[in-house]
Amino acid sequence: MCALLVKQLSCFYQHNQVLNSLDLKLQKNEIVCLLGESGCGKTTLLRAVAGLQKQLCGSIVINGKTVNEQGINITPEKRKIGLIFQDYALFPHLNVFDNVAFSLNKLTALEKKERVNDVLSLVQLSDYAERFPHQLSGGQQQRIAIARALAYQPDLMLLDEPFSNLDHNVRFQLIREIRSLLKARSMSALFVTHSKEEGFAFADKIALMQAGKIVQIDSAQRLYQQPKSRYVADFMGQSNYLNVTVNDDYSYQSDLGLLTSDRPLKHSKGKPFSLLLRPEQVVIELDGQGLGEVLEVEFLGAYQQVTVSYLNKNYIIKHSNHLHNSMQFNLGDRVSLKVLSHDFVVFEA
Amino acid sequence: MISKFNLYKLLPWAVTCLIITPIFALIISAFSIDNSGSFQHLIDTVLINYTFNTLLLILGVICLSFILALPAAWFVACCEFPSRTVLQWAFMLPLAIPPYIVAIVYTDFLDFSGPVQQFLRSFMGWQQASDYYFPDIRTISGAVIVLSLTLYPYLYLLLRSAFLGQSGGLFQAARTLGLSPWAAFWRVSLPLSRSAIAVGLSLIAMETLGDFATVNYFAVSTLTTAVYDTWLELGSLTTAAKVSSFMLLGLVILITLENYSRRKQKIYQRSGATHTELRFVLQGWKKWGALSFSWGLLFAAFILPLCVLFYYAFHYFSESLNESLWQYTVNSLWLAVIVAFLALLVALIVNFYQRLSPGPLAKTCIRFTSLGYAVPGTVVAIGVLIPFTNIDLWLNQLLVEFGFSRVGLLFSGTLFILVMGYLVRFSAIAVGSIDSSLAQVSPSLDLASRTLGQNASQTIRRVNLPLIKKGLLTAFILVFIEAMKELPTALLLRPFNFETLATYVYQFVSDEMIEYAALPALLIVLMGLVPFIVVNRLLEKAS
Repeated sequence: MCALLVKQLSCFYQHNQVLNSLDLKLQKNEIVCLLGESGCGKTTLLRAVAGLQKQLCGSIVINGKTVNEQGINITPEKRKIGLIFQDYALFPHLNVFDNVAFSLNKLTALEKKERVNDVLSLVQLSDYAERFPHQLSGGQQQRIAIARALAYQPDLMLLDEPFSNLDHNVRFQLIREIRSLLKARSMSALFVTHSKEEGFAFADKIALMQAGKIVQIDSAQRLYQQPKSRYVADFMGQSNYLNVTVNDDYSYQSDLGLLTSDRPLKHSKGKPFSLLLRPEQVVIELDGQGLGEVLEVEFLGAYQQVTVSYLNKNYIIKHSNHLHNSMQFNLGDRVSLKVLSHDFVVFEA
Repeated sequence: MISKFNLYKLLPWAVTCLIITPIFALIISAFSIDNSGSFQHLIDTVLINYTFNTLLLILGVICLSFILALPAAWFVACCEFPSRTVLQWAFMLPLAIPPYIVAIVYTDFLDFSGPVQQFLRSFMGWQQASDYYFPDIRTISGAVIVLSLTLYPYLYLLLRSAFLGQSGGLFQAARTLGLSPWAAFWRVSLPLSRSAIAVGLSLIAMETLGDFATVNYFAVSTLTTAVYDTWLELGSLTTAAKVSSFMLLGLVILITLENYSRRKQKIYQRSGATHTELRFVLQGWKKWGALSFSWGLLFAAFILPLCVLFYYAFHYFSESLNESLWQYTVNSLWLAVIVAFLALLVALIVNFYQRLSPGPLAKTCIRFTSLGYAVPGTVVAIGVLIPFTNIDLWLNQLLVEFGFSRVGLLFSGTLFILVMGYLVRFSAIAVGSIDSSLAQVSPSLDLASRTLGQNASQTIRRVNLPLIKKGLLTAFILVFIEAMKELPTALLLRPFNFETLATYVYQFVSDEMIEYAALPALLIVLMGLVPFIVVNRLLEKAS
């Protein structure tokens, strides 16, 4: 049984199709990040799972319980989910204790106290039970929001851009903290963000969304290294595209010379493709006879980002600064380029 | 069987219908045939004159209120001079005195036998009225002055918050571009306050249009007095309704203007340094100018009338303090409390409808229940009378047909219709007040509560209501104050032998017996003033 199963989910909002027959599966104890540009439907999907979105078709099953289907729309309070908001949504008229105990009105006073103390110690804010939300910092408020959701013992945790209101320093520390907290409680979670760095740090898997659909769901590393489309490739990082044609079963012919693969290519000979080259997959060297010319250099600490014009095409290349043979590039330098051997990714030209 | 779901959607619409029925009734009767021919008669004789008077009065009050409110707001918001902190709330005080009370005070004060003329006569040695010229206050100009003195706070309040809300940086930028403070005020601050001015002036215009007692006392015939006269003297409900719908037409224009301006208002509010940090310190003649204007205005609009009332109340205390005064005070209080409670209920029903299922339908409910306040009391009264007299007639007929005896005017002849009239008029205040305090509660709090296993009603009870406690109290008090002061609706709708403090005072006012009117008038002012101060405290703490 999976923690969440979404099948063929579509959603219309004011004649726009926000979600387009979307499928998603979330295993138990898994943290999945919904990543995408604003307006791609990621928040709508989260709201749909929470039961806050109307005009849906398709089905949503949480922990084996069908909450959305034709004729079924379970209200949010009966879904057993924990929703964490961008603005934390702590009740300003209640102190920390009462906020965390908000969902526990069926428990006795003693049980309530036990449960609240338990989750407060988990988020390391046991001493703050008497404080009011406005007396806490942003990071503390976010931890209380998590504690409040955990106290409810939900089947699934939903987080809507939970870290976007925090400073950069606090943010990544909190991301690590909350991730280990969710893991410690074996909690399944769906997390929405537009920042891939947050996604990398927080999630087990990333589901990249585009125009109401999930275009690829995979680990962060695979999304970066083995994207299934140019959209994914570009979203995950800087990319160069090299025109290549299939030379034989193990190599491509290109402007940058012959590129050989360890594995058979399974393409017919002479067929043209666009080959994805990440900036760190190309080696750049000063070479008076080189065909490349340096157009732009940016010093970025650990590496230099060099834009090179090579046979009338521009390439972006990262040159590491800590190599023993690291070079300093200047505008107009002649350079030669060489592709490092890797698992090639090609798209239809 | 009505499911829970239907009931929750039915209730707000039932309430909205109840509030809106009188206005629809007016519109329908405006198109019905008038057999008596008195409306035609009105058109042939006085209607044009009345309309002209009404327009002239509104124009006059708008201009004079602007002249009074603009400097008052500017001094308090953007300048620094002695007594500024006192003045900033004191400028609102005239709202607590009903205009007709100011009218009788000034009439008495400036009369032939009043202290001003007495002093002039003894000083100049004049003997009788024909020896000198003294302006008569009981004219349309007098009405303009009295109404402006009591209504300017509406504009003052909006202007002050507009000035305070404006980014001081803009004003500073204008100064660095070479403008004098005076020029910067005209070219930056004032244009930025345009929408606040439009909203404030349309409120004042609505209040002026609705004023009955002052103009009637000054014998200035306007459309409002025409409605009153045609119903009470000619006894023609249809004619009164026709005149009323004529006024409604004018109101539609005012409300449209007001809505339009309000929409634009939001654009101008920016954050950043405010005027508060950059107040001009007034010195020399400027300081004295600001002081004499401010305190002169406050003296004329509030201190003098209050002193005169105290004077008479003190001297005629034993004559005024009697059983009926006590009775009418209790009547007024009860009525105001009941109306405030019901208006709060109406507001909660439509506002939570909007909260739970936002959309054009809920918005319509809010719009409709907010209409009543713009409509003059006399017009509301006629609007309420039309459906309920008909229901009474129909009910009695039905009873007779079934062989029972008549029950009389079960609705239109009892307190029921008075409460209805007040409710139609004042629900808008509660709706607006709850709407704005609910708007400050982040919607994600509702969602948080729902996802934490609480249903809609638990969420309202545990999250929304506790968070708008102050808004609830404010709404209650605001309706209470208005209901205490309300006169025209009460005059037209009160059951036989039922008096409120306002109608009691008005009796003495129309008989020119200020000495007996003083004590009950003071009671009205005080019962408005005390809650008014409470509300201000609440609102200031909230912000």
